[in-house]
This record gives sequence, C-alpha cells and structure tokens, in this order.
Amino acid sequence: MRYAMAVDTKKCVGCSDCVVACQTENNVPIGFCRDWVVEVTDGTYPQLEVEIRSERCNHCENSPCVRCCPTGASHYAEGGVVLVTPHKCIGCGACIASCPYDARYPHPDGHVDKCTFCLHNRVEKGLDPACVSVCPTKCMYFGDLDDPNSPVSKVLKTRKFKTLIPEAGTNPQLYFLI
Amino acid sequence: MREEIIVSGRMNYLIDPQLHIWHWHIPLYLFLGGLAAGILFFAALYTILGKEKEYPTAVKLAPFLTPVLLTVGLLALLLDLNHKLYFWQLYTTIRLQSPMSWGAWTLMVVTPLSIIWCALNIKELFPAWDWKYKWIYDVDAFFRNNLLIISWVMLISALILGVYTGILFSAFNARPLWNTSILGPLFLTSGLSTGAAAIILMSKNAHERHNFARIDLMLIGIELFLIVHMFMGFLASTQVHIDAASLFLGGPYTTPFWLFVVTLGLGIPALLELLELKGFKMPAYIAPALVIFGGLMFRFIIAYAGQASRWLY
Repeated sequence: MRYAMAVDTKKCVGCSDCVVACQTENNVPIGFCRDWVVEVTDGTYPQLEVEIRSERCNHCENSPCVRCCPTGASHYAEGGVVLVTPHKCIGCGACIASCPYDARYPHPDGHVDKCTFCLHNRVEKGLDPACVSVCPTKCMYFGDLDDPNSPVSKVLKTRKFKTLIPEAGTNPQLYFLI
Repeated sequence: MREEIIVSGRMNYLIDPQLHIWHWHIPLYLFLGGLAAGILFFAALYTILGKEKEYPTAVKLAPFLTPVLLTVGLLALLLDLNHKLYFWQLYTTIRLQSPMSWGAWTLMVVTPLSIIWCALNIKELFPAWDWKYKWIYDVDAFFRNNLLIISWVMLISALILGVYTGILFSAFNARPLWNTSILGPLFLTSGLSTGAAAIILMSKNAHERHNFARIDLMLIGIELFLIVHMFMGFLASTQVHIDAASLFLGGPYTTPFWLFVVTLGLGIPALLELLELKGFKMPAYIAPALVIFGGLMFRFIIAYAGQASRWLY
C-alpha cells in the first residue's frame, strides 16, 4: 500500500479551507499549520501566470527526516505515511533542519509535529484526510497508488503532474496536477 | 524580465520566514566537542607513540579540560532539546543513518574515557591524592595495565567525535551550505587545531610548544585548503549550492567569515606561529587564543548561515 495525494493546481482557488479543516481536525496549536497555501506568480507583465498550491508534508519515500531522526520517533507508518511518535521525540530539531520542504514545526508540547495524512483519525476509518474532504472545488485526490481504482491513481493516469524539488532525491508522494 | 512572486500562507514559529531551529547551543557544543576531541586525540597519540615524557602537557595536563568541556557541551545540547525529559530515548536505539545517534553514542564512549584519563593522571594535578579504597586502586591498576588499548579506543573515538561534529551538518541535504561531505574533515581539522592551540596555551615547556606550533601550522594549512575546496565544490555545483556559497561571497556572512574565521582565526595565527618558529620573540598566547576564537566563530557562522540556505521551489 502506498498512500499519496494529488492537488489540482488548475482547480485550487487558494481559499485555505484545507488549512482550517486540518487545524480543527488535528488540534493544531494556534499560530501553527500542518498544511498551507502557496501562490506563485511568474512571467512578465501583462503575461502573468498564477499557480496556487495547497502544500503539506510530502510523505517522501526517501525521507531525510526519517533518516536523520536519532531516536526513531520519525518513522514510516502504514502505506508509507511519515509519522512522528511524540513520546519518542526528544525535540532535537534534526528532522526540521533536514526537511527541504520545511513541512515540520516544533509543537509547543516539545515534540515535532507535521501532516499525518489523517492516517489514524480518518483514513483508517475509510474517510479521506480532513483537507481533502472539505475542499470546495474538489481539487484534491487521495488514495493508494497500488490500487489502480483509487482517486489518486486515476487522476495521475490522465493528467500531467509534477512533484516539488524532485532533485532533492526525496521521492515525494504529494503530486501537483499541472 | 521574468518575475516570480511567491506568497505563502505559512508562518510557523522558528520555521518562517527563515529556519531558525538551532540557536547558540549547537555551535557551542560543536566547538567544545571538537576542542575536546582535539585534546584527547593528541593525548592518545603521544601515549601510543610512547612520548608521554616529551609532551607532558598534551598527555597529562590538557586532558583535564575535556570532562569540563564535554559536560558543558552536553548541557548545551540538553538545553537545545524541546522535549528535554525524553533525552534518554537517544539511548534506546542505534540508528546508523542518523549522525545525531552516532554522536550520542560516541559521547557515551568519549566522556567516560576522558574522566578515566583524568583519574589516571590525577596525581599530576594533586600530588598528595589518595583514592582511599583498595578497589579503586585495583581499577586504577587495571586501566594502567591496559593503557595502550584505552589510548587506541580514545584515539579512534576522538576522531569519530571530531568528524561527526561536521557530519551532523553535512547529512542535511535540505540545507545546501551544510550538504558537503568536506565539512567532516574540515571540522575535524579545526577541532584538532583548537586542541593543539589549547595545549600550547597550557604548556610551559618550550619544546612542546614548538612542536604543537608546528602541528597547528600544518593543520591551519589543511583547513585553508579544505575551505578553498569547499567553495570550489559549491561553485561548480547546482544553483542552490552556488547560492549557498554566495552567502560568504558577497552575501550577509561575507565579513564575519573572511574576517573572523579566515583572517583572525587562520591567517594571522599562522603568520605568528611561523614567525615564532623562525625565532622571533612575541607573546605566546596570541596565536593559540586567535585559533580558538576562530574555531568558535567558524561553528557559529556555519550553523547560522546553513539555516539561511535552502532549496528553491
């Protein structure tokens, strides 16, 4: 099983519903976020192009954070989801420094926190992650890449996509439809 | 002209707008660890070579600093942890791919060794020292009989400690400035150099001071060579590595690096040591004090500049 997510940059309007849904579902402490929205404008005026991306942990197949963690608190869980076990985490910051996407943050309780793909609280119950389920434009697709009929497998078959900084060698599992 | 504006809704404390997860604790520890590694390396080396009498400060006196240096360093590391009460989790596992795990276990070997080394030489500091209990004398005799083995273990673990202080950074490919394997040998060389400088500062023996001034001069030469190679590597690499190098080549860290590390920490002490070896008379503490200062600055600058370097996307 390989969980992955695809975000349609052509459909995303940058409303940040995904961010709020995540903060509510996962009790993210005030002032922090596990997912966020990036708007990139490029080109030369008046030929400008905007790309809007809902970003989060890339759940990399070759995760620098899992590699650098000295205690094994950062680990691969079911379906390749990268998780942190709070009671094993010493808060050394090695994983934070090792993430090229800066997807992790120090939780005020001392451990490090990040996106979990809502693995234990939603996905294991057959639900989509909170961000995917609330998206008003339905721009996010989640599922198992090993299952050809999962929403993410289907959309990646028909659309062009990219990943973020693949040259960092992380093999990210968050895909952006372009 | 192509324009690109990136707007992000993320503002996580210590992560945005720029990573600042590591403060003074880590560079201070890396400096103290490197210094201790340098001192212990020379103590073990000259014991193995059978030159204890020729270099008494290096073998017997300077190692008294190391338990203090390592303890202060470990305290800094503990203060750096956000989940301090869970620090023992480091010692529930060995993770071969994590430099921090290597470091934790190396310290577990080096720190007790440094204390044993001091205990064996305690009479150098306190001639009237008495262990009081017979069993302590038995343990003392056991270590003395196996001094060569202890020296070899200490030599190797000091080298691992010295290299690891650099590998700790170079394992992070997310920070292009740190992501060069040259940091391992570079930090080791710098650690050995500060160790030699500490020995020169403590030594009252002209022959020993001269020997270590020669060693230090050689180490400074190697450091300069490695620094040049580090920049050559960056400038011949990808855009993010070129950007990382430019932090020191016109960017915000240019003055601190070239002034404090290269000029004051390497260039001037090398010149002073060279003049001293040629027979010029000058205050003997200036060059080693500058080397130690440069070593400290070097770690602070690399730690802070590294957090300012990142991938573009």
